[in-house]
Amino acid sequence: MNIRLTKYYYGDIPEENTGGGAGTVTVKDVAGWPLWEVFIRSKQGLDHKHVGSLQAADAQMAIENARDVYTRRSEGISIWVVESKHIHASNPDDAGAFYEPANDKVYRHPTFYDLPEELKHM
Amino acid sequence: MSVQELEKIFQGKVDQEIKIEPKDWMPDAYRKTLVRQISQHAHSEIVGMLPEGNWISRAPSLKRKAILLAKVQDEAGHGLYLYSAVETLGTPRNQTIEDLHSGKAKYSSIFNYPTLTWADIGAIGWLVDGAAILNQVMLCRTSYGPYARAMVRICKEESFHQRQGFEILLVLSKGTPEQKAMCQDAINRWWWPSLMMFGPKDGESTHSDQSMTWKIKRKSNDELRQQFVDMIVEQAKILNVTLPDPALQWNAAKGHYDFGEIDWVEFWNVVKGNGPCNKERLEARRKAWDEGAWVRDAAAAFAEKRAARQAQQVA
Repeated sequence: MNIRLTKYYYGDIPEENTGGGAGTVTVKDVAGWPLWEVFIRSKQGLDHKHVGSLQAADAQMAIENARDVYTRRSEGISIWVVESKHIHASNPDDAGAFYEPANDKVYRHPTFYDLPEELKHM
Repeated sequence: MSVQELEKIFQGKVDQEIKIEPKDWMPDAYRKTLVRQISQHAHSEIVGMLPEGNWISRAPSLKRKAILLAKVQDEAGHGLYLYSAVETLGTPRNQTIEDLHSGKAKYSSIFNYPTLTWADIGAIGWLVDGAAILNQVMLCRTSYGPYARAMVRICKEESFHQRQGFEILLVLSKGTPEQKAMCQDAINRWWWPSLMMFGPKDGESTHSDQSMTWKIKRKSNDELRQQFVDMIVEQAKILNVTLPDPALQWNAAKGHYDFGEIDWVEFWNVVKGNGPCNKERLEARRKAWDEGAWVRDAAAAFAEKRAARQAQQVA
């Protein structure tokens, strides 16, 4: 007979097993702070890189929070923040067709060219 | 495309170790499991600040106080990384937090135990963070991209947490008879709850476990628990302390330490809300949330005012 046993993991206790403390409390709506994406330049000469997101009332607060959250161990020297709603992204479902034009253009790569061995420094 | 086809593509990516990103198609159950697991993890970081916060004002020296403050601040950061990861799955932050405050969402039961002496801060760092790290190192390779990336950052920071905890105990273990006794007492109280952190036993499951198939998890509870016991027993020798389990002994055939049975009645009791501090912890969170309302309101009002002033200057 197959017995179905559910496994639980740290941080994964299912809701039906969680009794006490359950009650309704009303939590006032968060002031509705927007979500910001955070980009950090780790050192001069490198690009800003996306590190995560956070909520903040405005851009200045977002930068200050980003400093506290993402650079506590000198991980950055410059921070960009942009409201998440301003980011437009390509659709991963269309990735195949979207990037297809590059697939048959192998001549864009240097290795496409068959050149004699004795040719140096090229 | 049919759901079956989409599921096949999804599982194909997981099998090839290609990370799943927020905008990719994913099964509803995968999304739901992640939301539950990551939010419980986030709540654990946040509630986990409370037992330690208890000792910030009582730390034995300025150095220890500064270290503990930095550690608690890290935990807040970890909570935030994880709340952000939940947001990428389409669950708004206030919903997640509301679920904690209403008692619907859970957090790790370990934080429902009290911190009675300074040595408890050492024991938390060594045992509790030590147990959490084993889970978190595994989760760095989880299949959901934002969760994996959050875990990588967290693991980098956790290493300091465990080391500072061990150092606290090391100092106590070389101290006065009272300090040694305090060190041993803290370890006695935190040992079993730490083993419980890995969750129930695996059992004889004949079904493949969904979280493993989806590669959200890569090791079972018992595997991780064994890893933890093997690691801690060796470290305890350096502290010259005992672990409160008479059944603990080396098993040469298995190449692992055997250990005694966890009190599962206590385990489920604490999970179900009847631990020593469940009520206190939730009340502290709700109080902090309610009493912080004016700060959130003020920040929003100030942002509005600043925006209006800038608009005026432009005009």
